Amino acid sequence: MSIRVQEADFDLSTEIAALRQARPELGAVVAFIGLVRDINAGAAVSELMLEHYPAMTQKALESIETQAKQRWDIDEVLVIHRVGRLLPTEQIVLVAVAGAHRGPAFQACEFIMDYLKTQAPFWKKEQTPDGARWVDARSSDDAAAQRWTQDLP
Amino acid sequence: MALTVLYFARLRERLGLAQEGIALQPNLTSVGDLLNYLRARGPQWQAALGDEKVVRVAVNQDLAQNDTHLKDGDEVALFPPVTGG
Repeated sequence: MSIRVQEADFDLSTEIAALRQARPELGAVVAFIGLVRDINAGAAVSELMLEHYPAMTQKALESIETQAKQRWDIDEVLVIHRVGRLLPTEQIVLVAVAGAHRGPAFQACEFIMDYLKTQAPFWKKEQTPDGARWVDARSSDDAAAQRWTQDLP
Repeated sequence: MALTVLYFARLRERLGLAQEGIALQPNLTSVGDLLNYLRARGPQWQAALGDEKVVRVAVNQDLAQNDTHLKDGDEVALFPPVTGG
């Protein structure tokens, strides 16, 4: 189990190589990367500021990983989330899941991402032509997380 | 000993406050009590904290509900719905 919150960018190949190292039993790696878009809610976005609650972030992400591991037969989870100032096209988050088979890895990756978006204490503030604004939470994210409470694997 | 209350993101900016200490009182023993106590400070607080849907609360870094009990030394964080990822 590995969780990192950092300002620096990350390299997918390097991270996956480290996750797989000396693990011949792994048959599948699923990775999701979230990116900063240059448009949101109808406005051009020139920059994002990512704030978080450090003491809680680690605890919340560990709890999400633990739930994923209890629910699916997976071996390794890596979550990297960036904070601070980010520009459009930059990478913002990586969730990688490794296991023996692809099915559980795909599902666990999506579950972790859905829970991260609704339970981990990060907040985005974006710069638009009309000034800075805090990003509003989306009800579609709540719905995405909610479906895991009904849709048992 | 008291509660340490932290404010994040939009709430911190609207209230102009990142952190404060608040003493527990006989009628201030739960998360719901704390929210009512803060809302009673004035229109600015009522406006920022009045809508249950826009305020999330964590006690000692775990998400909490209105009936979550508070004790001396707890760290209580108030923040808007999260928008990471």
